[in-house]
Amino acid sequence: MALIEIKKLSKEYVNDTVVTPVLFDVDLKIEKGEFVAIMGPSGSGKSTLMHILGFLDRGSRGEFLFEGKDTSDLNDDALAEIRNEKVGFVFQAFNLLPRTTVLDNVVLPLLYSSRPRDTHEKMGLDALAAVDLTERVSFYTNQISGGQKQRVAIARALVNDPDVIFADEPTGNLDSKSGEAVMEILRKLNEKGRTIILVTHEQETAEYADRIITIRDGKITSDEKADGKKLEYGKKK
Amino acid sequence: MRFIYILKDAFKTLFIKKARTLLTMLGIIIGVAGVIIIVSLGVGAQSLVLSQITKLGSNLVSVLPGASDETGPPAAVFGIQIETLKFSDAEAIDKDPRLDHVLAVTAGANGNGTVVWKGESVDTAIAGITYQYPSVQDIELSEGRFFNEAEDKASAYVTVLGSSVKESLFGDKSAVGEVVRVRLNSADSSSSISLRVVGVTKEKGSSIFFNPDDQILAPLAVVQRQLLGIDHLQFIQAKIDEGVNVKPTIEGIREVLREEHKIKNASDDDFSVRDLADAVSLLTGITDALRLFLGLMASISLVVGGIGIMNIMLVTVTERTREIGLRKAVGARSFNIRMQFLIEAIIITTIGGVIGILVGSLISWLISIGAHFAGFDWVFSVPLGSIFLAVGVSVFVGVVFGYYPAAQASKLDPIESLRYE
Repeated sequence: MALIEIKKLSKEYVNDTVVTPVLFDVDLKIEKGEFVAIMGPSGSGKSTLMHILGFLDRGSRGEFLFEGKDTSDLNDDALAEIRNEKVGFVFQAFNLLPRTTVLDNVVLPLLYSSRPRDTHEKMGLDALAAVDLTERVSFYTNQISGGQKQRVAIARALVNDPDVIFADEPTGNLDSKSGEAVMEILRKLNEKGRTIILVTHEQETAEYADRIITIRDGKITSDEKADGKKLEYGKKK
Repeated sequence: MRFIYILKDAFKTLFIKKARTLLTMLGIIIGVAGVIIIVSLGVGAQSLVLSQITKLGSNLVSVLPGASDETGPPAAVFGIQIETLKFSDAEAIDKDPRLDHVLAVTAGANGNGTVVWKGESVDTAIAGITYQYPSVQDIELSEGRFFNEAEDKASAYVTVLGSSVKESLFGDKSAVGEVVRVRLNSADSSSSISLRVVGVTKEKGSSIFFNPDDQILAPLAVVQRQLLGIDHLQFIQAKIDEGVNVKPTIEGIREVLREEHKIKNASDDDFSVRDLADAVSLLTGITDALRLFLGLMASISLVVGGIGIMNIMLVTVTERTREIGLRKAVGARSFNIRMQFLIEAIIITTIGGVIGILVGSLISWLISIGAHFAGFDWVFSVPLGSIFLAVGVSVFVGVVFGYYPAAQASKLDPIESLRYE
């Protein structure tokens, strides 16, 4: 059973009377443990696809099965619960809470979960350890670098032990060195069995993945195993 | 998300924006303080009025000319001259064997006039009363004596000066034995009479209604005939022995007066008899109504404050759109977001309410101190009920005016919010 399966998924935005189609009859299967990069130019629909897969948005037509279960009749609260328990997000702009400590940012998803309060700190520290940031726990988010911010964001995505992590242009706001460090962390998480879906328009970033899906004008135009180009960075898995 | 963490979060958020939080609170602080001040001053003023009334003398029954219903003021209060009350009525009340609880009776007619002594003059009230007046009104003298029954009956040209009148005319000198000239302040009256001072009253202290120190007392007949040119009375006052006998005696006086006036039905009464309890309930009614009215006026500022909160909360929601998007992305339900913003609003209004109570109480307290300095017997009190009401209203304002922004926040679309610049 695939972790994620979509069949003939379409999405269009309706603005007053103007209908803007974004995705056309997309079919896609992602297995547990995969590291998938979704590539495409801006406006191609890759972000919309990620939002739908990440339960932030819904398709207009078609099927979306998560762990084999249909998701079409879930209400907003149920979607919120899935976002909380099953998925984690990493955004281009980090989206950390200002004037809040690193640890408090990381445990934020736990506040909306049913996990007992006394486990939060331990889980937050474990997640920070996974991104190698234990020494910055009580720093405020404005006191750390961009690369560290994104690692905090990854720790936050990780804290509730989700099935899949979505990373939307995670290196977009970072210098290349920090970007590589962030991708390395995602790589490692994937090696430990975490499913990772990466959205990017940079070929170099996409090549950290095992599988690269290219989207153009709302359709998947290619879906292939990543080749050995990663070796160029000397970071072959 | 458990309540306590929402609360902690909200406090943190509000603390970060201290200045804005404080300014937002200001509307509620002013509104609540206003309500507290008005309620507190209302209580103070009411107790002052009541103590002033009892200062006028307890167990005192007044007869005024003209009919009145049970709760309304008699016509004489409005300055309408009614001539139905005569001296014989006072005598009847004094003598009637059925009214054995009446200790003393006095009758009176007043005017305003000028008292002159050796070039010094003072405008004051001129009260024509009978020799029993000191017993009825608990008057004490600082020098001399009150005029006696013989002088009263003989319409002797004597007077007892109020302490402040004596002060104005004679200063520290003794007034007893001196002769003052008294003239009425009305256009058609140029006649003046000379009265010999026989006594000076002890200072009694002013009440809001009248100042017993700022008057001169003279035999009723002298004032009636020589100054006012009337033969009717403006009031009769009777002192009753015990509080429990006041109500039956009022009824007794009514019967006696009906016989005197040959009136068969109570509805035809051309006089009214009342005691201080009636005046107290009348005034309490007026002050209660005033207090309610002013309290409502002050509550309007609470509404204005609430709208201020709504305004700021809407700005806050816009500012924190990305945060809301993020919270939703990591699993916050609409309910969680709504609670978060609602609780921030409620915290603002509740803390504002508490500060308002403190500020209002402080100002009321300062006013009570000022009133003491001004010589009023002012009671400082902030009724517990008003505190509960203020807190309740504050929370209510927070809920009402916080709900809309909170609902707006909870309705935000996570994707749109995350992209918000």
